[in-house]
Amino acid sequence: MSGAHGHHKETFITKYIFSEDHKMISKQYLITGLLMGIIGIAMSLLFRMQIAWPEQSFGVFEVLLGKWAPEGVMDPNVYLALVTIHGTIMVFFVLTAGLSGTFSNLLIPLQIGARDMASGFLNMVSYWLFFLSSIIMVFSLFVEAGPAAAGWTIYPPLSALPQAMPGSGLGMTLWLSSMAIFIASSLMGSLNYVVTVINLRTKGMSMTRLPLTIWAFFVTAIIGVISFPVLLSAALLLIMDRGFGTSFFLGDIFIQGEVLHNQGGSPVLFEHLFWFLGHPEVYIVLLPALGITSEVIATNSRKPIFGYRAMIGSIIGIAFLSTIVWGHHMFVSGMNPFLGSVFTFTTLLIAIPSAVKSFNYITTLWKGNLQFNPGMLFSIGLVSTFITGGLTGIILGDSTLDINVHDTYFVVAHFHLVMGISALYGLFAGVYHWFPKMYGKMMNKNLGYVHFWITAIGAYGVFFPMHFVGMAGLPRRYYTYTNFPYFDDLADTNKLITYFALFTAFGQLFFLYNFIHSMFYGKKAVQNPWKSTTLEWTTPVEHIHGNWPGELPTVYRWAYDYSKTNENGDYVIPGQDYATQVTPMQEGEVELHH
Amino acid sequence: MTVFLVLLVVALLGITFWQLSKIFKLSQGKADNTQVANDSDNQAQGKYMLCFVIAMYAMTIYCFVAYRSYFLPETASEHGKDYDILMLISVVLIMFVQIITQFLLHFFAFKYRGKKENKATFFADNNLLEAVWTGIPIVTLAGLIIYGLYTWTDIMDVNDEDDPLMIELYAYQFDWRARYAGSDNELGKANVRFIEGVNTLGIDASDSYAMDDVVTNELHLPVGRKVVFKMRSQDVLHSAYMPFFRAQMNVVPGMITEFSYTPIKTTEEMRQTDFMVEKVQTINSIRRKNSKQLIAKGEEALEPYEFDYYLLCNKICGVSHYNMQMKIVVESEEDYNKWMAKQKTFKQVVAK
Repeated sequence: MSGAHGHHKETFITKYIFSEDHKMISKQYLITGLLMGIIGIAMSLLFRMQIAWPEQSFGVFEVLLGKWAPEGVMDPNVYLALVTIHGTIMVFFVLTAGLSGTFSNLLIPLQIGARDMASGFLNMVSYWLFFLSSIIMVFSLFVEAGPAAAGWTIYPPLSALPQAMPGSGLGMTLWLSSMAIFIASSLMGSLNYVVTVINLRTKGMSMTRLPLTIWAFFVTAIIGVISFPVLLSAALLLIMDRGFGTSFFLGDIFIQGEVLHNQGGSPVLFEHLFWFLGHPEVYIVLLPALGITSEVIATNSRKPIFGYRAMIGSIIGIAFLSTIVWGHHMFVSGMNPFLGSVFTFTTLLIAIPSAVKSFNYITTLWKGNLQFNPGMLFSIGLVSTFITGGLTGIILGDSTLDINVHDTYFVVAHFHLVMGISALYGLFAGVYHWFPKMYGKMMNKNLGYVHFWITAIGAYGVFFPMHFVGMAGLPRRYYTYTNFPYFDDLADTNKLITYFALFTAFGQLFFLYNFIHSMFYGKKAVQNPWKSTTLEWTTPVEHIHGNWPGELPTVYRWAYDYSKTNENGDYVIPGQDYATQVTPMQEGEVELHH
Repeated sequence: MTVFLVLLVVALLGITFWQLSKIFKLSQGKADNTQVANDSDNQAQGKYMLCFVIAMYAMTIYCFVAYRSYFLPETASEHGKDYDILMLISVVLIMFVQIITQFLLHFFAFKYRGKKENKATFFADNNLLEAVWTGIPIVTLAGLIIYGLYTWTDIMDVNDEDDPLMIELYAYQFDWRARYAGSDNELGKANVRFIEGVNTLGIDASDSYAMDDVVTNELHLPVGRKVVFKMRSQDVLHSAYMPFFRAQMNVVPGMITEFSYTPIKTTEEMRQTDFMVEKVQTINSIRRKNSKQLIAKGEEALEPYEFDYYLLCNKICGVSHYNMQMKIVVESEEDYNKWMAKQKTFKQVVAK
């Protein structure tokens, strides 16, 4: 992209649709991700209503589900389909593509001082494959027998045999096609991010001067490249089992009155392959959110992030460990118990870098001068849910304790807090913080405050009581609990959770309104509204191709010189409590060895 | 399909609006900073943070008190005692860390809420602090891991010592069967390829061990005798979850999985515990209330509830996953023998 920063004439198509500009691609990711998010969250409301008021008739079911909700009563197969697609959409389409896709694209070139991604074309293809996979996934909702319904983990044989459930027919074929394309998209994106971070950093931008956002995106991309292909291979093998009579995952099956020819395959093999991606996936979702939080908390605390090197170390530590813990999803899968011991050991080790990160965030707040912009609130909220959700991981990661809470609502509460809500908070923090960079406008802060507090109260209202419901041994993915009178006294709490879910979803309307309204009518942003040190705020408010007019900036210091003082106790730059990365070292100032 | 097209049109409309935004760009005013938090925002939000952590504490206390009957009753299996101790230690530890860290996070947010004249302290690094909060988790987790692994190894050690009762748990869409090994206490061979007619579990009729096997749709266990479960699935993945015994194992087609425990409380004893008496009372009062509503609607009233152990499917397995359960009865040796004497052996079933 060298020197290509002049304005050459662009058509609507090349600028808005098949754009190779990372800023536009990032907006495309964000909008697509948000649209998918609306679908995913709406689905959760529908099945939460079924859980709270089992088998009751709702007009909204009749309207949205049509023939799958005869007389407004949800069909059990549809319940499972909703749960499945909710999980798939939220994990992959919203929190992987919508979060990482958006902010990696926006921030990598801007924060390392590059004109664009290493390959703009690959970047564009990556987005359009993601878009295609989204379309296929949404389209699968409309097929005759319904979408995939075997849970987002699609364990065979349930997902392999159309006889086992209606969703395992065409719905599952579309699910697998969609995911295969999604993985291709994700790999292209990730490779591009890795190459860009390694090769295109501007003069002076050493790896230890990078903002933590970039470190997070960089490491996330690496684990994506390592683990996503394994899911692709699992999907391909499953396609073979479904269509071509192979027996990778099937053996000794008698279903619908006949014995299948398959012999020798093992569903446990699929579980291994799935979770080899599935667990790193949790960190693919979470690390970018943590990176965003690091940046937003430091900026708004007017302090350097505490323990910059320890933060990098913990990102790398988490990433490494994340690839050797997948077995903790399989303690009771029938695999050798000795493996369970190994995975317990590696899993609980993850608590160490996670604890380091949490304490570093808390220490960053200490003696700061906190500016409560909406992004800051969501970042603090993230640390809170990350701790609450992470701590219960100590129970679930312990193979012994997992025996009795495995696949109960305790698990649902745990992972929603630690990766779902935390990553969503990261997404919101990122949007509020970088909206001025994306659209040149400011979002309304008061709507942002309302949005945060509704979400914060609602999220805990949904997921905190859910732990207790799980402790009672209530299994997840149950259409109704009325066949177990023992669970009758949980019904009120299940209703409470659903009320909170509706309340939280309602709160998101403030965000959507704020987002769309500010895009058009928002106050025009100044160049550096949050008084931040990083490079993206040295670019003009108006987007230009190539990001910087003229030369690329040269970097002289790390990204966190907030409130740095000289010997006299004055700020190093007089009258200004931050020194941007392009500010040369002042006389008598020493660069800390960070 | 129509709905899909409608959605497509909506998406295209979205793009149109986006294009329209360019028009608005031309008509915008001057840049300003009014949407950046000022001192009064910081004041307010900082205070809300403090209120929030207090509310969190209140919620935590409320949940532990109001939902105390949600926790499972005292264990009904031998190994469950170790399980419960480990769980208690973990929960106490977690709550301790939770209370402290959430307080620090929100209190700092409150205490250091920004003011124009305030200065943040440039404090970028401290190796001692990092060492402390790396070291403490390492020591604590080492303890938890070692304790947990001892318990795990004990629980998962499925062996034939002490002459255990051998039972096969057989899962299919959407029910359970138990196959007892009979007088020889040795399960006969089986494979789904032998399924035919009354032989619904695919027992190998040519295996002499199989003849005295007994297939039932209730799981009866003599109290105090170790049981070894061999689990087999006919079609898809299932999971045999027995929460009162702190026991769970997936049931996998194509392989045999195992779990073993010793029941220590009969069904009757469990019914008599204070916990269960109170729990059943609560449930029955809820059921009476619901019955009134049902009768008013002209439907049948709910039966009063009496506690029984159950085994339920805990791995998504299809449309009726939510109702795939089997009653478990733990009883005295004599009652168990009486019940067993009434069951038909495989030989008797096939002969008919």
